[in-house]
Order: sequence, then structure tokens, then C-alpha cells
Amino acid sequence: MSARPVSEKLAREFGLNAEEWGRVQTIMGRMPSFTELGIFSVMWSEHCSYKSSRIWLKELPTKAEWVVHGPGENAGVVDIGDGLTAIFKMESHNHPSFIEPYQGAATGVGGILRDVFTMGARPIANLNALRFGRPENPRTKRVVDGVVRGIGGYGNCVGVPTVGGEVNFHAAYDGNPLVNAMTVGIAPKDRIFLSAAAGIGNQVVYVGSKTGRDGIHGATMASAEFDANSEEKRPTVQVGDPFTEKLLIEACLELMGTDAIVAIQDMGAAGLTSSSVEMAGKGGVGIQLDLDSVPQRETGMSAYEMMLSESQERMLIVLRPGAEEIARAIFEKWDLDFAVIGHITDTGRIVVRHKGVTEADIPLGPLADEAPLYRRPIQWPVPLPVLDNATITCTMPTDQALLQLVASPDLCSRAWIASQYDPAVGGQTVKKPGQADAAIVKIEGSNRALAITTDCTPRYCQADPKMGGMQAVAEAWRNITATGARPLAITDNMNFGNPEKPEIMGQFAAAIQGMAEACIALDFPVVSGNVSLYNETEGKGILPTPAIGGLGVIEDAHVARGIAIEPHQDLVLIGETAGWLGQSLFLREIMGREEGAPPPVNLVAERRNGDFVRHQIAKGCVHACHDVSDGGLLVALAEMALAGNCGLALDELNTAHATHAFLFGEDQSRYVIAAKDASGLLEEARTAGIPACLLGRTGGNELTFPGGSSVSLADLKEAHERFFKTWMS
Amino acid sequence: MSLRAGIVLFPGTNRERDMAIALAKVSGGREPVMIWHKETSLPPLDLIVLPGGFSHGDYLRCGAMAAQSPVMRAVRDFAEAGGHVLGVCNGFQILTEAGMLPGALLRNAGLRFLGQDHSMRVEQTDSIYTSGYAQGQIIRVVLAHGDGNYFADTATLDRLEGEGQVAFRYASPSGEVSDATNPNGSQRGIAGIISANRRVLGLMPHPEDYVDPLMGGEDGLPMFAGIVQGLAA
Repeated sequence: MSARPVSEKLAREFGLNAEEWGRVQTIMGRMPSFTELGIFSVMWSEHCSYKSSRIWLKELPTKAEWVVHGPGENAGVVDIGDGLTAIFKMESHNHPSFIEPYQGAATGVGGILRDVFTMGARPIANLNALRFGRPENPRTKRVVDGVVRGIGGYGNCVGVPTVGGEVNFHAAYDGNPLVNAMTVGIAPKDRIFLSAAAGIGNQVVYVGSKTGRDGIHGATMASAEFDANSEEKRPTVQVGDPFTEKLLIEACLELMGTDAIVAIQDMGAAGLTSSSVEMAGKGGVGIQLDLDSVPQRETGMSAYEMMLSESQERMLIVLRPGAEEIARAIFEKWDLDFAVIGHITDTGRIVVRHKGVTEADIPLGPLADEAPLYRRPIQWPVPLPVLDNATITCTMPTDQALLQLVASPDLCSRAWIASQYDPAVGGQTVKKPGQADAAIVKIEGSNRALAITTDCTPRYCQADPKMGGMQAVAEAWRNITATGARPLAITDNMNFGNPEKPEIMGQFAAAIQGMAEACIALDFPVVSGNVSLYNETEGKGILPTPAIGGLGVIEDAHVARGIAIEPHQDLVLIGETAGWLGQSLFLREIMGREEGAPPPVNLVAERRNGDFVRHQIAKGCVHACHDVSDGGLLVALAEMALAGNCGLALDELNTAHATHAFLFGEDQSRYVIAAKDASGLLEEARTAGIPACLLGRTGGNELTFPGGSSVSLADLKEAHERFFKTWMS
Repeated sequence: MSLRAGIVLFPGTNRERDMAIALAKVSGGREPVMIWHKETSLPPLDLIVLPGGFSHGDYLRCGAMAAQSPVMRAVRDFAEAGGHVLGVCNGFQILTEAGMLPGALLRNAGLRFLGQDHSMRVEQTDSIYTSGYAQGQIIRVVLAHGDGNYFADTATLDRLEGEGQVAFRYASPSGEVSDATNPNGSQRGIAGIISANRRVLGLMPHPEDYVDPLMGGEDGLPMFAGIVQGLAA
């Protein structure tokens, strides 16, 4: 793109509003150049500046004894013992994945990997939280197929196992699917790399792939709604090269083993602009870039194009004096581009030179400090009223209802998706997708393992954003707890609609409040995150989706529990059952209604029940454990039976609630435990005041329900696996 | 017992740690040496492994670029002198591209990557790789490939069968071999083949990922135990 005359009209085209445009002119004290306007517009885009969300994100707790680095770095860092840290983050690639599903998802994986290894961590696990439109929408199949292939294509090639995630389908995502990718890495506590530049005169080095014209203004595209012509934005989507990423990981980790690096930062959204501005800004220094030295894939690129390109697999490094040769040798060994493209200055400005011309000269302080910050108008959500269970009369027999539920898109087997990902590379995957409530990945050379999960129930968030936010955090905590691991911290990926609409801002703020309450009550702080707004197409917003990526640690990987049952065991339910049907999948899939308030989370009970379960696992009293979530108790039991290929028989219910409410209600803070002999556990629960009851016994080839009806394991498995097989055949 | 094993690293190799862990487990903790693909000579070794991964991104035919790496001349010389070479997944693809084993690995018949457990049947036991198993034993392994569809012309297939060079075949957990148990369209369900002298083995599945019950199984362990037993001084 050749330079165009700078005007307010162009600024508007670049996504700046009139007030922001005025502020640019004030900071510059003159008419900005075309390149300067480009830099301002991407740095002040919603995607890079968090201008609508910053004010609310501050409400989230971010500290704990084990938190080494919270939000503000490329990823969050927590101490996991043995002198090691886990470094992790989740990030969205929603808009690109709708326009070009394969590349959008692939580069989402690539981007989040770079956020983690740029801090010195070797990535050991990938997860992804995906939301798609209705399966009946003809477009959905293409998006699902492309996104799954893209995640696999990238993750499999870089050699990082994909160990977990979640998938939902809902009409609200028809025009705006969500692709949230999470990476977890491991680094020694004393070898963590940060991005703040330092050392006047130090070299600024560019490594990785060459720069092309792809992804220009991607951050601006991700900060606007979609319309019917969104497909025309395809050129703003980047193209991924996982092979180069793999080389980049190895080369960077090799360089990190030396003392050559002062600071390092990946080039993500807004590419060279955001990496150079952030590194110099955080370090309180200036930076001068000479674009003639930038490795270029195409000829005739302008300064504007190079500064805004989002070409993938690139990093910016500030080197210590005298380290150039050792660094160059490492990148040449890995056949990667290496170029000194600038140096650190004491001017406090970013100066961009190209072909003998100063294309940009901007003071970094005001570019960051005077970035727009909005307290947008809010309309607080009114939670839906509690559904009266008396209005739900179910005549469908239990066995039929269960078969219909496990065959539904939101509850069916995810094997079709998981089998396109490599879950085992690295040789440390203890629990693969579907085997436990959280993925369990051991740390090589240690007995320790990490428990990792992603969680959110968007239909709860829609009905009551505050309770939904609270539930998302609680469920992540619960899933980690159910494996026996100790929950440590979360990363949050806030996917919402247009923040300029007061009701959307209300959803956002309420979800944050609910999350914050849960984080505090569960000692489960936020250490990293990402906000994706403007998830709307033709004015129609998604369900509010604050996706939570949770991480925990277990000292001995052998202690970690899965969900698979074996014969001759007692089945115990921990937690209170009130038969809550509002917003349940039973209500939606069996009764055809999406109504009511979501199940409330009692954070005191949550903590108490979870701590009890974790303690029982540590004592060795638990063979298998599964939390009760989507679909309620009977779906949880069916999942345990399928995972273990083992039947079970339930006793007659001792409850005042209707059978369908007891079996399919989605009351929170509950777990099913399978234990060889549960009498001791039940006694301890009674003493501790934890609600617990014996449900039945495991064994046989069928599931037998209260009242005597039953389903064979074979029929259950067929129903569970039917959806993807049929849909994708 | 002390096995001198070397693992070749190509750009894009990604299962070298899995392999190193498996080999160290049966060698009293001794780590194999890692050999960069640009090397032209090898240290004294009992076994060379070409591990899994996506060498050169698989952007050309899988393994085609790696087969031209400088190190491959030394690997070929090593094999021709009677050395033992194990190629797993991408390593198998490289061995066929280098002409060290017959046939080719095509795109999976289902046109999708397969990352899942599968069973395979041990078809012969007269090699260090297979001596730890019983003839016809069913073992569980990890599949992780997009191009594992073994192809060779009929004459080659008949020769491989006739000379006992089919080492492993995809099977059901109870041991049947049929189209239904073939995950990727491989001819005659072939999962791995061995050279006529029984020293060069190529297979698509990953026995190295099942050497520890904690990780879900140890059906791969007899292969590595057999290697050590056969080779370690």
C-alpha cells in the first residue's frame, strides 16, 4: 500500500474516532505521517490497547504467594515447586478463524505458543476452547473442519501435545465462532525472560520468518464488527508456518541458555509496531529501527506495510553488547533469518528510518500513557428469574432421556476432534482428552505433573453474566480438584460483543465481578488473559463467553485420578442436589426450552467440597472422580462408565425431588467418586458436614437406573459417538 | 548394560525426547547422543534412530528433504556395514525416501491426521526389535501421523510377505486384521517393515510413547528391552 494523504477521514478508516484523532495531532504537534497514523491506529485499537476493558480488568485479583508474574507480561508465571515455573496464557483468534478457519486457528496456536516461549519456557501442552454455530447452519461444518484441521496442522507439527479443551455449539456463534487457544510451558524460576528493553546502544535484532504483506491491520480488523462483506477481509488474515515456529522455539531456547539476551518479545498483533513500542516503552528507553535491514519476503514494501505486517513466526530481541556473533550462529544453525535492525536509544521515542527517510518519530510515553481509556456506558444485566421446577413435567423415560442427551452436540464424544490432534508427543501425557476432568501432563525428570483445563458455560453467562463468570472460574477449579491436583491460577479469555453497546459492557462488567468473587474465594488468581470484543456479525452478538484456562499442580503424577470406573466399586455423590433445571441441557435438549436462572454457585460449599475431595484423593481413597456439570448427575455417571467401559447400577433415590430433576439437574459444586469401599469416606464426609450419599455400585455391561430401566454400554457408546460420525461423514 | 544409541535430529524433528526417554529407560539411564542432520560422520554407535516429527515441515513429500540431509550418507553407510537403524513415523518415511526400505507412505486414506491409540499385531520375532514379543502378540501403540498409508507394488508386497519382512500389522484389540482395523489405508494393513537382514526397521506407530504405565501403557517396552539385549555390550 503506498502512502495516502493523512486526514481525519483516513484516521476514521483506520478505526480512530474524532477524539482519538485529535489526541494524535496534539501528541505529534503536527500532522502525522501515513506510517505514524498507522502506528497510532493499531496501538490504540481495542485489540492492543484494551481501551474498553482495562478499567474493569483491574477488579480481578492477580496475586498469590505462588504468582511470579501476573498480567502485564507476555504470559502469566506461577511457581510449581522444585525451582520450576509454569508459564501460560489463553488467547483468542476469533475474527480470523471466521474469515479463514484453517489459517485463523493455526496462527492462533502459533501466536499463543510464542507468548509462552518468549518468556523462556518450553511449551509442554496446548488446549483450545471452541464455540461454533448451530450444526444445522451449513457454514458451521466448514468452520469446524477448518478450525480443527488448523489447530492440528500447527500443533502437531511444532511437537506440542494438544491435551484438552472444550467445544460448544449455539446459534449465537453462527456468524462469529470463537477460537481460544491456550499454551502451557515450563521454565526454571531463575531463567524467565521479560520484554523490557534496556542498555542504551544495545542492538535490536530481528529473528524468524521474513516480513510480508500478510495480516496488515489485523489488529484493527479484530477490533470491529463483521458485516456481510467480511470475507473481503481475508487478506488481513495471517498465514502460519509451524515448521519455522518449531525452529524458532528451538533456536530461542538455545539462545536463552546463553546470557546474550536483555529482552525478548514476539511479534504478535500489530507486529513490529507493538513489539518495538512495548519493549522500549516498558524499559523507559527509546528505540530506533532501520527498516532497510528487515528481512523481507516481498519487494517494494513500504515502511507502513513493514510496521503493520502481522507475518507470523517473528521475534524481536535486545542483545547484550558483544553477543551478536553467538546469537547469529545459533539462528544460522537453525536456518532462520537474523538481522540487526536497530538499537536502543535514550530519546524516549520510536524513530523509524527507511530508505534514508524518517518515516515515523513518535514519543513513546504519550503513545502509551495517553492511549484512550473508556469507562463506557453500562446497562447492568437483569438475571433471568429462577425457573419453577413444577412447570417441568417429563414423561420421557430416564434411559431415553440419557441417550438423547449424550447424543446431543454439546455432550457427545469429542473423539472425532481429539483424534486429529497429537496428544502424546513429548512422552509426558498422563491423562489424555476424555480420561480425566483436567489434562495431566508430567514434567520430564520430575514426579510433578500439571493439571490443565478450559471452562465456560456460555448459556449460564447469557442468563446471568455475574453467576456465569463465577461458575466458569469455579468449574475450572473443580476440574483440577477432581484430578487431585491443587489449583494455582487462571488465564482468562474474555469474548464479548460490541462494547459500545451498554448491555454488552454490562455483561462484561458483571462477568468480571463474578469471576473476581470466585477467584478470591478459591485462592485462584488471574495471571494472564486476553480480551476479544466486537464479536458481532450484522449487529448480532455472541453469548458472553469468559473462557477460563485453569492450571494446577500435583506433587506425584501417580496420584492423579481419571474418570474411568472399574467393576466392584461404590459410587458416591459429594455435594448438595437441589434438582436445578434452569439453563440445564436437559431443559434445552429434552424439553426444548432455554429458560431460567443458571444454577447458583455457593463459593463456601465449593471450596469445602473440593478441599474434601482433594484430601480423599491424596489419601488414596479414590479410584476415579468426575465433577458433575453439563447434563447433570446421570451424564457424569455415563461418562465415567464409557471411559472405563464398565457398567453401573444405581440404587433407588432417596430424595424429595422429581427423578429427572435429581438425575439431570445441574447443581454446582458436586463430584462423583468411585471407591473400592466408600464407607470410610462417607463417614468422614458426615463428620466434616459435607453432603455425601451412596449412589450405587459399578460393574456389568449396562447402566441400571432407579425404577429399573437400563441402557447397555454398547447403546450408550453408539449414541455418544453418533453425532460427529454422522455429521462429518 | 550399556547401549550406544544415537538419535538424528532433522529440522522439524519433534519426538526425539520420547525416544530418548524410552532408550534411557532400558539402558540404566544412559542418554542417547543427539546427532545434528548436518553432521557427516558418526561417533561409534550400536543403534541409530530416525525419530518422529515433521522434518522440513513435511512441505515436500514427507521425509523427502531429510533423506537428502548430509547425515544420511553416514546413516546409509552404517546400515550397509550391518548397523541397526530404527525409523519411527517420520523416520520410517525418511527410510523409504532414502531407499533404505521399500515402498512409500502416502496420505492417510481418510485424509485426516490420526492421533489415537491403535492395536497392532507382531508378525515376526527374529529381530532385536521384535524378539521381546510373541509371534501374533497384539500390542497397543500411539498413532500420530497424516501420511502413514503404506504403499508398495504387488511384487514388493509379496516379497516382503514371503521373506518375513512385514514386522507389524494394524489389528483389532483381539487380533483380527481386516479393512475395519486398518486406520490409514495401508496395503495389507502394514504398520512396519524390516530389512532382509533384519537390522533396519521402519514403522509408523510410536512404541516409544508406551514405555510407562503412568503414560497409559508399556507395550512398547519389549521392543526397547530387546534392542538393549541384542546390542548392548
